[in-house]
Amino acid sequence: MSLELRDIHKHFGPVRANDGINLTVEAGTMHGLLGENGAGKSTLMKVLSGFHAPDSGEIILDGKHIRASSPQDAIGHGIGMLHQDPLVFLPFSVIDNFLLQSPGGLRLDRRSARREFEEVCERFQFSLDPSASTRSLTVGERQQLEIARLLWLGARVLILDEPTTGISAPQRVKLFATLRALAEEGMSVIFVSHKLEEVEELCQRVTVMRQGKVVGHAEMPTPASQLVEMMFGAPVEVEAAQPIELGDPLLRVKDLSVEERLLSIEALSLDVRGGEVIGLAGLGGSGQNTFMRAVAGLVSPAGGEITLDGKQIAGLPYRDLLDVGIQYLPAGRLEEGLVQGLSITEHFVLSDPDTPFFVDWDAAAEHAARAVTANFIKGRADSNAEELSGGNMQRLLLAMLRPGLRLLMMEHPTRGLDIESANWVWSQLLSRREDGTAIIFASVDLDELLRYSNRILVFFSGRVISEVNASDTDVEELGFLIGGKVREQQ
Amino acid sequence: MNELNTLIFTATPLVFAVVGETISEKAGVINLSMEGSLMLSAMAGFVIAFETNSLLLGFLAGAIVGMLVALLIAFSSIRLKLNQVAVGFVLFQLCVDLSTFLGNGHVRIAGPTVQAWSIPLLKDIPVIGPIFFEQNLLVYVSYLLVFGAWWYMFRTRPGLGLQGVGERPEAAHSRGIQVNRLRYIYTGLGGALIGIGGASYSLSVKIGWSFQHTRNLGWIALAIVIFGGWQPIRAAMGAYLFAGLLTAAQLLQEPLPDLAQVLPTIPFPLMILTLVVIYSDWLRRLTDRFPTLRAVFAGEPPTAIGTVFETD
Repeated sequence: MSLELRDIHKHFGPVRANDGINLTVEAGTMHGLLGENGAGKSTLMKVLSGFHAPDSGEIILDGKHIRASSPQDAIGHGIGMLHQDPLVFLPFSVIDNFLLQSPGGLRLDRRSARREFEEVCERFQFSLDPSASTRSLTVGERQQLEIARLLWLGARVLILDEPTTGISAPQRVKLFATLRALAEEGMSVIFVSHKLEEVEELCQRVTVMRQGKVVGHAEMPTPASQLVEMMFGAPVEVEAAQPIELGDPLLRVKDLSVEERLLSIEALSLDVRGGEVIGLAGLGGSGQNTFMRAVAGLVSPAGGEITLDGKQIAGLPYRDLLDVGIQYLPAGRLEEGLVQGLSITEHFVLSDPDTPFFVDWDAAAEHAARAVTANFIKGRADSNAEELSGGNMQRLLLAMLRPGLRLLMMEHPTRGLDIESANWVWSQLLSRREDGTAIIFASVDLDELLRYSNRILVFFSGRVISEVNASDTDVEELGFLIGGKVREQQ
Repeated sequence: MNELNTLIFTATPLVFAVVGETISEKAGVINLSMEGSLMLSAMAGFVIAFETNSLLLGFLAGAIVGMLVALLIAFSSIRLKLNQVAVGFVLFQLCVDLSTFLGNGHVRIAGPTVQAWSIPLLKDIPVIGPIFFEQNLLVYVSYLLVFGAWWYMFRTRPGLGLQGVGERPEAAHSRGIQVNRLRYIYTGLGGALIGIGGASYSLSVKIGWSFQHTRNLGWIALAIVIFGGWQPIRAAMGAYLFAGLLTAAQLLQEPLPDLAQVLPTIPFPLMILTLVVIYSDWLRRLTDRFPTLRAVFAGEPPTAIGTVFETD
């Protein structure tokens, strides 16, 4: 299927998300759509898949004009989209998700659907249990479910919006293999990403977007620096972390154990010094987050000791730990970190421990406006949290951190962020080391772990299976430590 | 035996109402006006049946009233982006007052009644026959409704779509479902069933009309929908359970006058207890281990209930 988009316009209120986009995708190729956060990539793909109706513009599929004014039309024309957060129904079983809105008669024939589902899964070596609850699936498995469904429905153009956000390294390898196989069968794959290395690895052609417009096309291979310049309008350099002198021992965790529904942590010990950066690696849900939550006081430990500056803190509530200088930023920036419906000003008022009973809103608004400027947040003091893009939410969260922190813990600090935002986030984090703040962060991005950590702990199934100095290892070894264990287990 | 027959009979209006509300809430629209729309449709059903001397027109009037109120809630949510709870609450009050005002001329008079009719052959089945099949046509329709609604929701393709619309409308939209259109349809249908429930109260169970004739029935029905975990069969069981407790209260009035006062209030703490169990970790662990139990015990509310869905 070859595909052409002509002069697509789409606005939301005053924002021109797509401003005259032209794009051509050849049959049987993998086409990358690059751009920083908020460049309009997702909107364009939602227009193509009929999710949003465009204000104007044409879509031409195999030389024929088509109308994709609803997702139904788009699916009918063989255009299927995998959304960034897979649009599955969590309480339903896998097979019901597979069947929802599939063509067919009145009666649901789950038995024969199961067979067909298993056939599709087998073709791509997905191992999904049709009767499992979708909620129990990882993000990567939910993606596999959606891909299987779209292919079963006869998709010939497959759009993937930031598909590698939130999936593990082995799942990514599998996803890429699947996409390559599909392109070889003559499908057109549109791969939307802000991650250069992934686009370099997969795509034959690339289109770069910036601020709602196409700024250029490139045939791969094209030097990364050139693509970065197209994305941001200027070259961006990734600074290496400058080593700093580590301070005194700060945090000591001894034989920590935590019991949760699906996972328990056993006998975990760790010593962290002031200014040290500890990276937590491992497949998603191997205990990294549980560990941080236990240290932050959000989960009560079943046993063991946690001391900060020699003081026993295990089992203290989060509020008390905030006061001694421990803070935790979860991956769910909007769900757990921010309050939907509250403005940036209100967030600052809420997070400031010294806010008096009667709030001085004028002063608060001024303070918020200054923070917005100082932290390069794209938004206004009266913007609501949910209006911000992922990168700007993270900027806001960092701006709200208390001064003089002893220990900062973060889950996926740069997930979903473009290079420029990610750099900014890390420059903020690293500058806190100077005051002796220690940082513990969990990430699935191996480069990030290697670039910024002093030490890396590799988690597997609630245990630390190895601890390495970041300077003594590389991507291959770390990938093996994370993935090698998995192979051994299977 | 006779009591069980009465129990089924008196629970029937409630069965219509809870199935109707379940359908509406499954699609994501909470019809909180139920206390009022039941009452108004009970009044309309009786008055129209009395004036036209036609039971069929009476039920039709009840269904239309229930549907109109429900569509008003759907419209104000979908089109006007108003809060479903607020609109439902205001409509409840409005309907109650309207029923008093419009029904004023028909208080405490005799009128048409749905006649008892036993099903040949089935009524001769020992034990079951006299309880379930010596009723009236309305009761038999309610049996079919409960199983039909269950079958539609969980065994058919459009039924799965209905669940999707109330669960995650943007995902339903991305699959090509016309979310808001379905919400109108199912809310209207659910409202019509609530209306039939109201009319069946004044034309079959407690015949006639009086001031606030169906008082509290709607609130109870709302609680039973939750008790039923948004599943028609379980909701109907909840309605029968409630009617059973009421019947028990009446029977115990003479021997135990003190206890009989308490029994009718039991359904309410029972609802709370059910919710505690439904959301407990204990049940979650159990259904994790035995997925087949999920069909019986799962009682999650539709996630998108009460929310507005916009495509842009």
